[in-house]
Amino acid sequence: MTQKINNADVYKIAAHHRFQWEEAQNCYVILFPEGMVKLNPSGGEILSLVNGENAVADIISSLNEKFKDAGDISNDIISMFEFALEKAWITKI
Amino acid sequence: MANLNNGVESNVTQTQPLWLLAEITYRCPLHCAFCYNPTDYADYTKNELSTDQWIKVLRDARKMGALQLGISGGEPLLRDDIEDIVVEANSLGYYSNLITSGVGLTEKRIDAFKAGGLDHIQLSMHDITEEISNFVTDTSTFKLKQKVAAMIKDRGYPMVLNVVIHRYNIGHIKEILEMAEALGADYVELANTQYYGWSLINRNQLMPTKEQIDEAEKITNEFREYIGNKMKIFFVVPDYYAERPKKCMNGWGEVFMIVTANGDVLPCHSARVLPDMNFPNVQNNNLNEIWYDSSSFNKYRGDEWMKEPCRSCSEKENDLGGCRCQAFLLSGDAEAADPICTKSPHRHLIDQALEDSKNEKLQAQPIIFRTDKNSKELINGEHKDRLKDFKAMP
Repeated sequence: MTQKINNADVYKIAAHHRFQWEEAQNCYVILFPEGMVKLNPSGGEILSLVNGENAVADIISSLNEKFKDAGDISNDIISMFEFALEKAWITKI
Repeated sequence: MANLNNGVESNVTQTQPLWLLAEITYRCPLHCAFCYNPTDYADYTKNELSTDQWIKVLRDARKMGALQLGISGGEPLLRDDIEDIVVEANSLGYYSNLITSGVGLTEKRIDAFKAGGLDHIQLSMHDITEEISNFVTDTSTFKLKQKVAAMIKDRGYPMVLNVVIHRYNIGHIKEILEMAEALGADYVELANTQYYGWSLINRNQLMPTKEQIDEAEKITNEFREYIGNKMKIFFVVPDYYAERPKKCMNGWGEVFMIVTANGDVLPCHSARVLPDMNFPNVQNNNLNEIWYDSSSFNKYRGDEWMKEPCRSCSEKENDLGGCRCQAFLLSGDAEAADPICTKSPHRHLIDQALEDSKNEKLQAQPIIFRTDKNSKELINGEHKDRLKDFKAMP
């Protein structure tokens, strides 16, 4: 079941989860009881902006600005939010 | 990365010890019939690493990329320095997990763990009935575990319950899940017994039937539908009823590193059963060299070591030939295919074990509980009839 992501929504990293940069892995990871996931560069970049303050729209515009050459990546960002929500890595405030 | 092996390309994958399991002591107040600790653990209860030695292990492993830390045993709370270890783990950036029976978890200690930054506590539970819980652990710990569960929840920890499943509790899966829900569990691991260590010598007494496993899985799936995301349920399938082996430890020396109470470094919990192995110890060797360069860690990495039928098997990537310890314990050949595999020439050993577990005479043999006394007796060559099917002391 995919939940709809709205531009005005604000998310944070879910309780009992930890998001951090790993030097040895050279990537962001998300850690939780009994598991961990290494994030790809774009997934890590997106989640690094999920801090309980930035709205989805802020994150989209900030990343579109940062990666101008990649064209409009809004849909990719929304997909990542849907995925992270389904995995319960993030929760809506 | 590819290696040339007589002209046959074999895969050697990138390895990094992401999971560090610190089996910090083999001492334990419980005597579980299914404990996976080695039956000869009594030989390893002395010479436990000191606090400083553990801290060095934590630092060295973290530099190598270790992230998930399990503080396990035996019962880790029998040591009084877990608080110091938790503080160090937190400062290093580990996601740390205390794996406990709950015995010894006081209000004072849990507060210290919370302040020190311990991330979660995994509590073992055994049944909904006091009778069976106390029976399989050979202790009176049922009520205490209920109390500890409430304390873990009260401190805001994610509640992770681990329930080892066997013949005595498999008929209570629904009630166990309801108990977990009532306790507010966030994660429940229904871990069907894997037959190593004490559970192997008690295999005939613990093994459920195929019908019981299927029913338990069905009930678990129904409960998942009902509970949704509120409680994550893992159902660890038992390999004896499977046709293909498990990818044991996700590959030998791939992502798991175990440091035992006395400092031996192992790629899996039971690796000491394997012949001609000399596992390095952190007191004499550098952890980085142990992981990357030691012969024991390199021995079963990748697939160069494989024999037929594994070597030319189209499915070898899926399971890497299964478990080396199980292959050796049952067949006497550490390089053989895991006997679980229906392509293995030793599969009949598994089928025989399944037959034996239905034999009422064998079922009625007394359980050998995990105690210092029993461990010493096994080391001294007693209970031979219980070891006769195995090529080493499990």
